Amino acid sequence: MKLLYFAWLRQKIGKAEETLDVPADVTQVGQLLDWLETLGPNYATALKERKAVKVAVNQDYVGLAHPVKAGDEVALFPPVTGG
Amino acid sequence: MTVRVQTEDFDIGAELEKLSAGNHQVGGIASFVGLVRDIAPKGSGAASSMTLEHYPGMTEKRLAEIEAEAQRRWPLAATLIIHRYGRLEPGDRIVLVATASSHREAALESCAFLIDWLKTEAPFWKLEDGPQGPRWVEAKVSDDARKAKWEK
Repeated sequence: MKLLYFAWLRQKIGKAEETLDVPADVTQVGQLLDWLETLGPNYATALKERKAVKVAVNQDYVGLAHPVKAGDEVALFPPVTGG
Repeated sequence: MTVRVQTEDFDIGAELEKLSAGNHQVGGIASFVGLVRDIAPKGSGAASSMTLEHYPGMTEKRLAEIEAEAQRRWPLAATLIIHRYGRLEPGDRIVLVATASSHREAALESCAFLIDWLKTEAPFWKLEDGPQGPRWVEAKVSDDARKAKWEK
């Protein structure tokens, strides 16, 4: 699974992207965030404030119950501030 | 029906002219230009700048979807969204939204719709660098409210 991080999530996690082998029992966005938190203190800090973490799967905004699977592109980022 | 995401500046006059070039059914063009505001206090001599980050691929996709939604809602002859990213200084242009239609209501309303939706839908993030150091701009609840106004 390809993970992308933007803005302060990128800074806190310390990388812009990575490819991870996600456990088979991680099948939803919410479970993915829970699992990422266990990868290290940088992930735990970045994902602590869940309300501030938006998720896109394959470039579409999704909720926590949305399915994820190997091969997906999953992006985590704060609320957008363009314009 | 054009979306461009770029680091370079754009020429507002030339872009607006292109929207009606060769199409004499266009009766009006509406536009919105977003600029970088100076966040350093006036007269402080402090420098400020802004760096815009975006999600390449998803940005273009979302902007095209927003543009298509405007086309569904209003009779538009042409639409244009240009959004810059990278480091920008106070006074620099950030975004240009323009719509062309036979009549002004469609042009004005769809232009307001596009910028309101863009603000809450397009994956851009602003990092302001002012006297207090770099700070990520937070999303505004009022922007969500402005977007909600267009829901139907």
